[in-house]
This record gives sequence, C-alpha cells and structure tokens, in this order.
Amino acid sequence: MREEKYHRFFRSLLLIAAAASLSGCDWVLFNSKGQIGVEQGNLIITATLLMLIVVVPVIVMTFLFAWRYRASNKQATYTPEWAHSHKIEAVVWGVPLVIIIVLAVITWKTTHSLDPYRPIEAEKPGMTIEVVSMDWKWLFIYPEQGIATVNELYIPEHTPVTFHVTSQSVMNTFFIPQLGGMIYAMGGMRTHLNLIANETGQFFGLSGNYSGHGFTGMRFMTHAVTDQEFDQWVGQVKQSQNTLDFESYKMLAKPSENNPVEYFNAQPGLFRQILGQYIDYKKSNHAGEATHASSGAEE
Amino acid sequence: MFGKLTFDAIPLHEPILVVTMIAVVLGGLAVFAGLTYFKKWGYLWTEWLTSVDHKKIGVMYIAVALVMLLRGFADAIMMRTQQALAHGGAEGYLPPHHYDQIFTAHGTIMIFFVAMPLVVGLMNIVVPLQIGARDVAFPFLNSLSFWLFVVGALLINVSLFVGEFAMTGWVAYPPLSGIEYSPGVGVDYYIWALQISGIGTLLTGVNFFVTIIKMRAPGMTLMKMPIFTWTILCTAVIICGAFPILTAVLGMLTLDRYLDFHFFTNEAGGNPMMYVNLLWAWGHPEVYILILPAFGVFSEVTATFARKRLFGYHSMVWATVAITVLSFVVWLHHFFTMGSGASVNAFFGIATMIIAIPTGVKIFTWLFTMYRGRLEFTTPILWTLGFLVTFSIGGMTGVLLAVPGADFLLHNSLFLIAHFHNVIIGGAVFGYMAGIAYWFPKAFGFKLHEGWGKASFWFWCIGFYFAFMPLYILGFMGMTRRLNTVDNPEWVPLTYVALFGAVLVGIGILCTVIQFVVSIMNRKKNMDVTGDPWNGRTLEWSMSSPPPFYNFAVVPHADKLDAFHEMKRDGLPTPPATYSPIHMPKNTGVGLVMSAFALAFGFALIWHIWWLAAVSFVGTFVALISRSYNEDVDYYVQPDEIARIEQAHIQAKANQA
Amino acid sequence: MSSEVLSNHAAHDDDHEHHHDAGEMKVFGFWIYLMTDCILFASIFAGFAVLSTAYAGGPTPKELIDLKLVLVETFALLFSSITYGMAMLAMYRGDKGKTLSWLAATFVFGAMFLSIELYEFNHLIHEGAGPQVSAYWSAFFTLVGTHGLHVTAGLTWMAIMMHQVATRGLTATNQTRLSCLSLFWHFLDVVWICVFTVVYLMGAL
Repeated sequence: MREEKYHRFFRSLLLIAAAASLSGCDWVLFNSKGQIGVEQGNLIITATLLMLIVVVPVIVMTFLFAWRYRASNKQATYTPEWAHSHKIEAVVWGVPLVIIIVLAVITWKTTHSLDPYRPIEAEKPGMTIEVVSMDWKWLFIYPEQGIATVNELYIPEHTPVTFHVTSQSVMNTFFIPQLGGMIYAMGGMRTHLNLIANETGQFFGLSGNYSGHGFTGMRFMTHAVTDQEFDQWVGQVKQSQNTLDFESYKMLAKPSENNPVEYFNAQPGLFRQILGQYIDYKKSNHAGEATHASSGAEE
Repeated sequence: MFGKLTFDAIPLHEPILVVTMIAVVLGGLAVFAGLTYFKKWGYLWTEWLTSVDHKKIGVMYIAVALVMLLRGFADAIMMRTQQALAHGGAEGYLPPHHYDQIFTAHGTIMIFFVAMPLVVGLMNIVVPLQIGARDVAFPFLNSLSFWLFVVGALLINVSLFVGEFAMTGWVAYPPLSGIEYSPGVGVDYYIWALQISGIGTLLTGVNFFVTIIKMRAPGMTLMKMPIFTWTILCTAVIICGAFPILTAVLGMLTLDRYLDFHFFTNEAGGNPMMYVNLLWAWGHPEVYILILPAFGVFSEVTATFARKRLFGYHSMVWATVAITVLSFVVWLHHFFTMGSGASVNAFFGIATMIIAIPTGVKIFTWLFTMYRGRLEFTTPILWTLGFLVTFSIGGMTGVLLAVPGADFLLHNSLFLIAHFHNVIIGGAVFGYMAGIAYWFPKAFGFKLHEGWGKASFWFWCIGFYFAFMPLYILGFMGMTRRLNTVDNPEWVPLTYVALFGAVLVGIGILCTVIQFVVSIMNRKKNMDVTGDPWNGRTLEWSMSSPPPFYNFAVVPHADKLDAFHEMKRDGLPTPPATYSPIHMPKNTGVGLVMSAFALAFGFALIWHIWWLAAVSFVGTFVALISRSYNEDVDYYVQPDEIARIEQAHIQAKANQA
Repeated sequence: MSSEVLSNHAAHDDDHEHHHDAGEMKVFGFWIYLMTDCILFASIFAGFAVLSTAYAGGPTPKELIDLKLVLVETFALLFSSITYGMAMLAMYRGDKGKTLSWLAATFVFGAMFLSIELYEFNHLIHEGAGPQVSAYWSAFFTLVGTHGLHVTAGLTWMAIMMHQVATRGLTATNQTRLSCLSLFWHFLDVVWICVFTVVYLMGAL
C-alpha cells in the first residue's frame, strides 16, 4: 500500500534522526511493537512534518528579520507607517488554514481508525483481558482462561487483545508505551482498549495518571509470547494455590505498594462483581453495557 | 475549640520544612523590625495597603507574584532533583508524602499565584493609562480582589507549616481528592485557597470589562484601542465566562468532602468524569487568560522597539477574538483517553487545531511588524524574540497533542509536561517578563538595569531548552508524569540534563532579583523624567512616571491608533491655563478587613473550627455592610493641586532638556 | 493624596452628571456580574442534568415531590417580582413611603418562598431523600439550595436597603442600589423558572 510505504519512509527518517542524536536511547514510541502503536507513532511524525511547514519558516524569519532590521543597519528599508498588506495577510491566514484543513482530515480519519474501542481485525481470533487498577497495583483477569495475575501481563503475539478496564478506587491510566495507546481506569466504569503485539518481547507498562503515594510502583511487565509459551504460562498460573473470588479480591484490594507478581485462579464473573460495587444493576437501565456517554466512558 | 487542629499538624519532624519555617519567621521579623525602626508602618498603611489606586494595586500584585515565583520555583527544583537522584533503587530524598505535595503545590502556585497575578498586575498598571481613564470602574472592588488573592496565597503558604497541602496533582481529580482517599486537610487548603482567590479574580474580570467598555477616552472606539487593552478585554470576557465554572465545581467538591454529598464519588451514582469535564471547561479558557495578555505585551513591545506601526491591527484583533471564542469549545482535549467516542474526540481535536490558525496569524503579525523596522535589542525585545522561536515549538507540540490518535501515546507523559511548560514559560512568562521590563519605568520612574535583564533572559531561555527538551524525549521514551522514582536506566541521563536546565532557569530568576536590587540602588542614574523613556506609542507614555494618582490632568482625546505617537508627531496639546477638579475615590481598608475575615474563614473551614468560621463569615459581611453605610468615599482633587503636580513634571522635563 | 476633601459636592457643575454616569456604570457592572452568576447556575444545571437519573437505588423525585406546594412557592416568587416592579415605579416617582411598602411586600413574598423551600427540604430529608442518599439528591439540593442561598442574600440586601431608604431617603446612591437589587431579584425569578421546569416539572411529572 502506498500509505504504508510513505509511513515507513518517514519512520526510517525519524529513526535515523533519533539514532544520530541519542544513540543507545530507546524512543519506545517510535520503536513500537504493536500495530496500534506503529500507526500512532506514524501519525505523530506526519502531523509534526506538516506543522514544520509553518514552524520552520517562522523560526528562520524571526532570526532573519531581527538581524536584517536591527536598528544599526541603516541600509535596510525602513517603512514606519507601513502596516497593512492584503497579500501578506491572505498568506498568513491562508497557509495555516490549509495546513489545519489537511490535518483536520487526517485527524478525523485516524481518530476513527485508531479508536481504542474499535476491535482490531487480524487472522487470529481475539481474546479479552480484564484490567483492574487498584491501590497500587494492576490486576489482570483472563476470563477465558480462568486465571488472574497481579502486575504481570502475558499476551500471545499477533492476537488482537481487548482490554476491559476499570478501577477499584481512584483514576489511573493503563499504558503500555511500546504497544500503543492508553485509556483511563475509573471506578464503576468500563473502558476499552484494543491492542495487538506484532512480535514477541517484553514491554514495560505503567500508570499515566497519578493515583496516590504508591503510584510510582504501579509498574508491570508485558510479555508478548508465542501461543505455545502463552499456554505454558497459563498452565503455570493455574497451578497456583490461590483462588480469587470476591472475598479474597477485597483482601487484595487493600492498599499495598510495589506489589510483587501474584498468580490466582479466578472465579468467573469476578469483573462484573467488581464493577457492581459502584453500579446498581437493578435500577440503572444502562449498567455495564452502554453506548458512549457524551462525557466519557460507559457506566 | 480548635477543630482538627492540634500541635501535631506542625511538621517539626521534617528538617526541610523546619529550616524553611525558621527562615520565614526570621525574614518576617526582620521586615517587621525594619518597618518599625524606619517608622514606615503609617506609610505602608496609607499609601499601599489601603490604596485603591490601580497602579499601586498592580505593583502589589506583581510583588506578591514574584515572591510566589520563588516558592513555586523552589518546588520545581526539588522535584527535578528528586527525579535525578532517585534511580537504580535509590529512593531520593523526598518520600512520596512530601514529593506529592510539592508537585501539587508547584502547579497550583505557578498557575494561580504567579501567572494570574502577573497578568492582573500588568493589566492594573497599564489598562487605565492606555485608555485614558483615571482609575478602574470599581476601585474598591479592585482592592478587595487583590486582598482576596492574597488570602489564597497566604493559605497555600500556611499549608506548608500547619498541616499539609493536597497530594492530588494541581487539578485534584476525584475520587482521589474526595474525602475517602484524601482524608487530610491538604485538599481543603487547595479548595479554599482557590475558591477565595477565584472570587477575587472574577471580580477583577467584571471590573476590567466595565472599565474598558465604559471608561475609554473620547474618540477611542473599540477599533482604536491598543492591542494590549484588546487582549485584556478578551481576558476579562474569558474570566467572566470561565471562573464561575471553577467556583461551581470546587463548590461541589467541597460539598462532597464536607457534607458527604455524592457528586464525584464512586458510590451512590456520583460521576468523577463530570468533575473532569467541568474543571477543564474552566481550565482551558484559563490557559488563554494567561497567554492573551502576553500576546498583548508582545504587540506593544514589538511596535515600540521596531519603531513602526503594528502590522495588521485588524487581523490581530480578530485573531484575539477568535481565540477567545474558541477557548470555550476545546476542553475535552485534556482527556481524549477517557473513552469518549471517536467522533467526539475528533470534533474537539479539530476545534483545538483551529486555534492554531489565529495564533499563527499573530506570530506572523509580529514578524511583519519587525519587517522593515528599526529593531532595538532591548530586554523586552529579547524576550519577544525568544518567545517567537520557543512558542512556535510549543504551539506545534500542542497541535500534536490535539490529534487524538497521537494523544493516546502522549497524554500524561512527560511530553505533555514539556508542551505546557513550553507554552506557559516560552509564551506567557516571557511575555510577563517583557511587560515588566517595558512598563517598570512607567510604574516607578526609572529604568531597570539592561545588563542584568539580558542576563536573566539568556539564562531563562537557554535554561528552558535544557530543562524541557529532555522531557519531550522522555515522553517519547514512555515516561509518565509525577513519578517519584525512576526505574528505567535509559531515562536517567535526561533527568540530569533537565535538572541542569532548571538550575539555569534558577540563575535566570536570581539575575532578575539582582536586576531589581541593582536598578533600585542606581535609580538616580536610570531616572526617567520624561515619562516616555522608550519613545512609546500609546497613551500610558503621555504623563509623568510614575503617573500622578489621577493619571490624566486633562482627559486626552484619542481618535487614532497609537494615539500618543500621533500626538507627538502632530504636536502635543498645550497644558490648559486652569484645570478642572478631578473626582477621585478615597482610600479604604475595608477590602483588607474583609479579606482578613475571609482568611480566618478559610482557615477555620479547613480545620473544621466551626465557631470561627461562623464569626469570620459574619465579620466579612458586617465589614461590607458597614462600607455601604459610609457615604464619605470620594473627593475632588483641586485645580491648584493639579497645576502644582503638572507644573513640576513640565519643569523636570525642561530641566533635563 | 493630600488634597482637600470635599464632603459637599454640590459646588461642582459636573457633579450631577458624574453621579448619573457612576450609577449607570454600577448597574452595568452588576449586570455583568449577573451574567457570571448565570454561568455558575448553568454549571450546576449541567451537573444536575448529568446526575438526573443517578438515584443509586434510592428514592426518586416522582415518589416524593409535592408539585402543588412547589406551585405555591413559585407564585410567591413571581408575585414578589411584581411587587418589586411596583417598588421601582414608586422609586421613579420619588415616593419614598410607597417604595418602602412595596419593598416590604416583596420581602414578605420572598420570605414565604424561602419558608416553603425550607419546609420542603426538611420534608424530603425526613422521607429519606437527603443529599447524602444519592448523586441525584446531591444535585437536587445543591441546585435548589444555591438558588435559595441567592434568595437569602437578596432578602438580606433588601432589609438593608429598606433601612437605608428609610433613614436616608431615595438618594442617587440608594436608587442605583435599588436598581441593582431589582436586576438581582428578577434574575432569581428567571433562574427559578428554569429550576421549576427542569427540576420539578421534568423530574416529577
């Protein structure tokens, strides 16, 4: 596809620049291992290049005009009363306008194509992982596998993963920089994030939204692995003696900092119970499942 | 008797705080002793504290703002040091409990108690002079606004030594800022400091809107107003439109915390997202409250020192108005990642980008004002040039963040931190510094030292790039904001670079302080008796410096743009043989008294000292009502006194010539 | 600021004109303030709209609100606007006595409104629909209560104005203040119409 080639071109351009300026540092946003992240990274580059069309001339003109029209340079033209030019004003309104129109079109398209709620199309069937931000750790529930983990995330590569995200207490954002995107975790609400890993690897994850004094410790490692390794890992987790039902969940929900990795066998329906703490399913006619509310996530 | 307040609230176990406390107490004693020894209390009371003169109120705003800048910057350098030290398993020297208060205080102080008072201070000093008015529309309210703002600043500083400050980040999102997750008094300090000073700001907005609409000199139609006044008019409109939202949302948070309401709780149907929406419905317009006046300063400065009329006045006005309107319809871009639908996100993203158009127009307008001019590289112009380059970069990263697809990666990362410091320092603060350098001689009658001013600029500017360019890159490296320790070794080198940059900015601030000291010591040498040290173009340069308390002995006629420039060209009006009496407001301490009660009220509510809250609430209103019974609030300046003051100025000018 | 203080302004020609201007400017400024107040109410209305079904299993307004009582309350406030209008007409005629009586009538109607509101609040809380019960009732009490606080402030102001008019007469200053209070009072009426429609009619019908 032409678009892809074009993106690849700019990506390599930026990679060269990055390598030249800070060799050794990993600009993970431009070294994305997830399809969504790759596209978002490319979008950053495209938008930046578009805007440089205006920004670079502005910076050049600042230096040029300041130097050329310095008071000591009596050779330069001086027109103290000149203050208006239809031509110049047409250009200074017109050029930014055109760029913003182009950028607006790109924005409209990419906002829809990169909507975190939009399921990713892939050859392999997708899977669902339920994410709960807690004080101060991440709980990952695998409803299809019947397991749950704290502060460790395994996903099979090339598999579209739909994260259902909520919070036990305050707001956090669920963020794996090298895979792409982020989404808020909020109590009593369920937000969605769709990601896919293009290759195997280990990618750090963290919270982007300050959530109290244990916030810094809300780190987890994301392991993108082959299907086989994933199944092995699931088997390993299943051997855990601990079962996570709503009672033991409440114990787990007590504040803790820099929580170590923990494995559980998870009881079915746990995520719904977690959401149910803050939602009255009987009264509210749009609990759990709903369309986008105008102000944000679904309740 | 004292509610939740006990001796344990005083943090005697924190060495950093104890040292600060001792320093503040010693400094306070020294000032107190100095004022007593030199018998300056009476002078301070009659000439400053009870003054309703807009120029003096403006000076006091800026003085408080600069003090608060030192506090806010101390917070900044502590944060940068912490992040640079705390890596590879090291905890750093600030535990989360302390660090979290510091970044919250830094944001709150810099926005509400540094940037806002600098804006309000500049508009106080300049606007009435620029439009040919003798004061603002409501001088007493102006004094009250100032003192309410001081109450807010005091409450924040009291929180340092009595109790604690919020540990929520400066926007205090619930449920974290709710009573369940923040049971201490920190958030209450935050609420009442902002609420009380916010009322002051709102009154300022009303006051300046009426002043500009109703009190312009004859002949000065809206399209003949200086650009700075235009930007202040738009700022006043934004204040009037946005601050009531802040009042409402803080009020709801207060009810949640104090009376167990459920606006923003997780339980009982509360909706924290509503807080986020309302907060930013105020918060984004607030950004333009900060930046528009800076744009106004750059317009005045560029035209003056390029010795040329401002290019594209009409474009500039309409660009300002467009930004004012658009500022109210973009707030959702602060939380694209909260799960709104793609179409909603795209709408707000595109609305945000549209702001780039009028902003771009403004940039070109300044550039073409310099074009074919005779640019003098004074300190204000250096700030302007630094702004043009820096702000263009900040604007670009801002538009980038407005693209939702990109924002999903960059939101709440250090890229975002770099962006808004880029526009607030590189845009707003550079503008205020230019404005202070530009109008200082008008307010005090002597110029600031150019050398130290330029040194300050270079340290600020270069320091800014060192401090914040690394943060852009750290954002690209996936580092999110407000982390207490750094666990990724790849991030570490850049945290050192950022700390180095912060130190440079600190030297820049130090240069500013030295600049003030040196300039005051050498004031005789830098004295300006003409009242027009820069060969200015607008009316504020037409009277002596500092201006007489009545500003204009004769109300000027201003039917052209750059009215004073035209007057100087066509011949200044000759002083009349006799002057008419001038109606002026009398000084009053009521604003100060009301604010003292408001301070007690806020403090009492923070600590749940209900009897004091009731007493001080009644006190505030009794003070206001007693004012309404006072009919002796104004007087007339007599012609002979005006003649004496004006003659002295004419004589001084003649002597110098 | 050492110049001589003149408490008697009458000597100056421009005095009358000046006071007229100052009064007009005060009314204009007050009007701008009311617009900001309008935005304050708009924000609270927005909050109410967002939470208008957030009963959280608690009581709903349909079950508890007595519309007849609210109708009486509404008419009390509407009448008070009319009587305030009469007070202003009397003020323009320079009739101090009539101005005072109409102000008193307004005060009585306003106090009646406020009493009914307090009675309603008390009743709701006793029925188990206090502001702590659910987000809906939080928003309800805040919106209606904020309006009630404004009415309280208006009544306090009115009492002071009656005293000032009684002791000092219909001076220029008092006329300006009565005009401002008039704007305030009518504004509260308009806000109440919105409250009545959005909270009571749409919520309880």
